[in-house]
Amino acid sequence: MSTGKPRIAALLAAAVLTPGLAACAPSAPTGPGGNASSDAAGQLTGTVTVFAAASLKASFSALADEFEAKNPGATVALSFAGSSDLATQITQGAPADVFASADPRNMAKLADAGLLDGAATNFATNHLQIAVPPSNPAAIASLADLARPGVKVVVCAGQVPCGAATYAVEKAAGVTLAPVSEESSVTDVLGKVASAEADAGLVYVTDVKGSGGKVKGIPFPEAAEAVNTYPIATVGPSRNKELAAAFIAMVTGSEGRKTLADAGFGVP
Amino acid sequence: MGPTNGGGYHGIPPWIYAIAAAGGLLVLLPLAAMAARVNWPQFIPLVTSESSLTALGLSLRTSAASTALCIIFGVPLALVLARARFPGQRLLRAFVLLPLVLPPVVGGIALLYTFGRQGLLGRSLEAAGIQIAFSTTAVVLAQTFVALPFLVVSLEGALRTAGGRYEAVAATLGARPTTVLRRVTVPLVLPGLASGAVLSFARSLGEFGATLTFAGSLEGVTRTLPLEIYLQRETDADAAVALSLVLVAVAVTVVGLTYRRPGEQGRRSAPAGSTDAARPEGAR
Repeated sequence: MSTGKPRIAALLAAAVLTPGLAACAPSAPTGPGGNASSDAAGQLTGTVTVFAAASLKASFSALADEFEAKNPGATVALSFAGSSDLATQITQGAPADVFASADPRNMAKLADAGLLDGAATNFATNHLQIAVPPSNPAAIASLADLARPGVKVVVCAGQVPCGAATYAVEKAAGVTLAPVSEESSVTDVLGKVASAEADAGLVYVTDVKGSGGKVKGIPFPEAAEAVNTYPIATVGPSRNKELAAAFIAMVTGSEGRKTLADAGFGVP
Repeated sequence: MGPTNGGGYHGIPPWIYAIAAAGGLLVLLPLAAMAARVNWPQFIPLVTSESSLTALGLSLRTSAASTALCIIFGVPLALVLARARFPGQRLLRAFVLLPLVLPPVVGGIALLYTFGRQGLLGRSLEAAGIQIAFSTTAVVLAQTFVALPFLVVSLEGALRTAGGRYEAVAATLGARPTTVLRRVTVPLVLPGLASGAVLSFARSLGEFGATLTFAGSLEGVTRTLPLEIYLQRETDADAAVALSLVLVAVAVTVVGLTYRRPGEQGRRSAPAGSTDAARPEGAR
């Protein structure tokens, strides 16, 4: 107990001081331009904490690895969750340097709270697709098929962004769905379809692509009525703005474009 | 427990109180912080919105149903675990208690592969025209799965404490096993059964992960109060906090009721039931 106490205190002090010291360390003189990350290779040091929407997990993990490979002194700490959870965490003081939201609404929450450093940049788009089990047991071919009696459809609840998009495409198509479940997250919808509990679900095109063949995607024209835009921004209280700007530059640059396109994201 | 409680020795070192207080605060402080965040002027409208009342009603109905199932299945399980002797008994107990420590989402996945459309039993049930996934039945199953161990643990403990002396006497007087069970065993462990049932009810009320994974979330059908809170949190933090407080209040009331009961009953019936009967059992 008595020996443990100072040790814990030292650890705490180290944890508090490290980001501060990192910020004081000689960092790249180059401005946060479009190619800062490659210009400043080897000079950028410290940890950049990136809070990103859950749907960005695969792409951002790949980009983070690439970023660390290019900047040996830099570490990217990633935190994935629902955009609204992340926005809440940041307003409650979570130490994020970069926030990548799956919708402009949650980014606006941070802007309203004065927590953004500069403006947000739109870097990707996503839209809905019908997901069905690979065998497509209910023979779904269009959005209208989902409204057929006896078809078990799972969608997102209206309170979450994918649910709002679902409502928009329903309205555009003049179709009223009677889902058997309204899930709180798009991954739950995907899970219910992948396990074939549901005959069909509405998820993002990136979810279908990321499922690795566990679900089959069926595009439908009305999806264009509800295109979701992903903004990214530096969080105001960030202690490592240079690194944050370099990471954002990478996401919005050609490498980011390619990685995101591979995952199924569109260009804003 | 009995001797130190009834006896005079209370020599708890003072520093124990300090650590106990810190432990208590760890639980109480977050709840107090939540209560402080409640939008009191809007509290009544927030918790009496239609979707909230629907969710609360569904939660109470399904929890009552799963408590009934817990009693139906849990009493025989507890009896077998406490009184019978057979190979693999320890293993059976470990598995029955497993849902206590299992992450609820794991329970949900397990239920999905049992009762789901493609599941072990689900396929035959579906062929028979019974669909469980996305139904209120699925909610009750999920709640029963996680709540059953609470009843079994409480009752098994009560059965062991009560011992088998009265039953043995009843049997020598010619009572058949079912009569002994009904007239002697069950009345003897009724406080334990009641506290187990109330705990199961409280656990069912709080079930979230298995329900979400297995049953889905549809207003009035599968969206229980915890699921409603989770969803409200996305758009209306005030409503989520207010509903959380309702859930805490119901749970505290329910659990508070049980934990008073065994104490009181125990003290009253201790000389007649538990303590006396426990001695021969322990001496064996």
